[in-house]
Amino acid sequence: MSENASQPDLFSKFDPLIQQREALLASGVQDPFSLVMEKVLSPTRALCNGRETILLGTYNYMGMTFDPDVIAAGKQALDEFGSGTTGSRVLNGTYAGHRAVEEALKEFYGMDHAMVFSTGYQANLGIISTIAGKGDYIVLDIDSHASIWDGCKMGDAEVVPFRHNDIEAMEKRLKRIPEGAGKLVVLEGVYSMMGDIAPLKEMIAIAKANGAMVLVDEAHSMGFIGPNGRGVAEDQGVLDQVDFVIGTFSKSVGTVGGFCVSNHPKFEIMRLVCRPYVFTASLPPSVVATAATSIRKLMHGANKRAHLWENSRTLHAGLRALGFQLGTEVPQSAIIAVIMPDLERGAAMWEALLHEGLYVNLARPPATPAGMTLLRCSLCAEHSAEQVRTIIGMFERAGKAVGIIL
Amino acid sequence: MDRAQTDARIRGIIEPFNKKGIEISDGATFAGDFEFDSLTVMDFVAAIEDEFDIIISMNQQAEIENFGQLVDAVCKLQRD
Ligand SMILES: Cc1ncc(COP(=O)(O)O)c(C=O)c1O
Repeated sequence: MSENASQPDLFSKFDPLIQQREALLASGVQDPFSLVMEKVLSPTRALCNGRETILLGTYNYMGMTFDPDVIAAGKQALDEFGSGTTGSRVLNGTYAGHRAVEEALKEFYGMDHAMVFSTGYQANLGIISTIAGKGDYIVLDIDSHASIWDGCKMGDAEVVPFRHNDIEAMEKRLKRIPEGAGKLVVLEGVYSMMGDIAPLKEMIAIAKANGAMVLVDEAHSMGFIGPNGRGVAEDQGVLDQVDFVIGTFSKSVGTVGGFCVSNHPKFEIMRLVCRPYVFTASLPPSVVATAATSIRKLMHGANKRAHLWENSRTLHAGLRALGFQLGTEVPQSAIIAVIMPDLERGAAMWEALLHEGLYVNLARPPATPAGMTLLRCSLCAEHSAEQVRTIIGMFERAGKAVGIIL
Repeated sequence: MDRAQTDARIRGIIEPFNKKGIEISDGATFAGDFEFDSLTVMDFVAAIEDEFDIIISMNQQAEIENFGQLVDAVCKLQRD
């Protein structure tokens, strides 16, 4: 610890957050940010604090984490290729499995190029910071994911945000960019805090009319939005207008990793110039094997997809009928955000639900828009209709106990 | 538009955002004196951008801490 009192403590900038956290815990609630799952029983059930708990706060949308084919592929790769690559993709870290998962992605999206990163965070960080350079402009939605913002911060481009999903605000900013400057518009298919989707059709048309390239992060739509599960851009019929799709293996695919797919003829040069791709170790062989198997199965997931949407609609309608305030008027994705009056009651509600045997995500600023505290529910294709009914009952009891609903 | 005119127009725009009625001077800071949070900053910047038909990128915003610097930046952006 600091022995010289006059020396500034670099941690003093965190004091307000430390105090807020201490005050919250002093009120007696369990720390919502340090839950441990002792055992995971299935994509929808785990043991937390010794109690069987329904999982409604994972991004395991398609329930692929326990798929027998996926697990078998992982085990086989572990046996045949070992536990890790110990190297960068551009040196000793590209195994047959890395190529195979990139082939699976190209097929899944019907695109010419696919590049796999160690996480989705790094995919955004790498692609955005590399393609938009000094003198270029990035026009992006103010509610963009942290990895998009960090990609902007890491690069040298001018960064111009616009109000969430505001088509006119985006257009005005595009039109004000100086003649001749390179332009990148960055959008998301599904915004994961509120679970709302973007009007990509209109926005991409305007971006293209103003000479911008378009990057869409489809992290929360892969596998179940659009006729082939390619995401919101496919659903709105504009995927062919998107220059770069960013995605992740950590949600519907059910493992870890990130990617960018593109039809840009020069795309492959990214492998040499994109630092978050080059200067980090590649994914373990078992991970890319599970990802490739999962992606190929997602191509044929129509039934699961239909059931996931049914779950989303049932939960949305049920929570609404109970009087909860939700992030969207109608369910637009597999995320239903329940708006809490404040952090204290949000944390109390989170804990009450956990006591009921339900895990949801507590989200708060700065991750959330407009300083909101949210209980984010994300559904899984493996939730049974009965589980969804049980979940609604748990919300009713917890909501009444905490005084969020009457 | 000269500096005085720009200054006057920005004073008009800041009014609805100046909830605490802070006295506006060149040295008044947005974070410290006006206590703008990030959402207010976005709305306020958007209002200025629309009024003057300019872009104030996040990179440029990072250099602007007080009212006087904002007026200077807007003057410069209008000339560019
Ligand atoms: C919109 C969005 N983009 C990117 C990511 C990063 O994904 P990953 O978990 O693979 O780093 C996430 C996940 O948190 C996300 O929500």
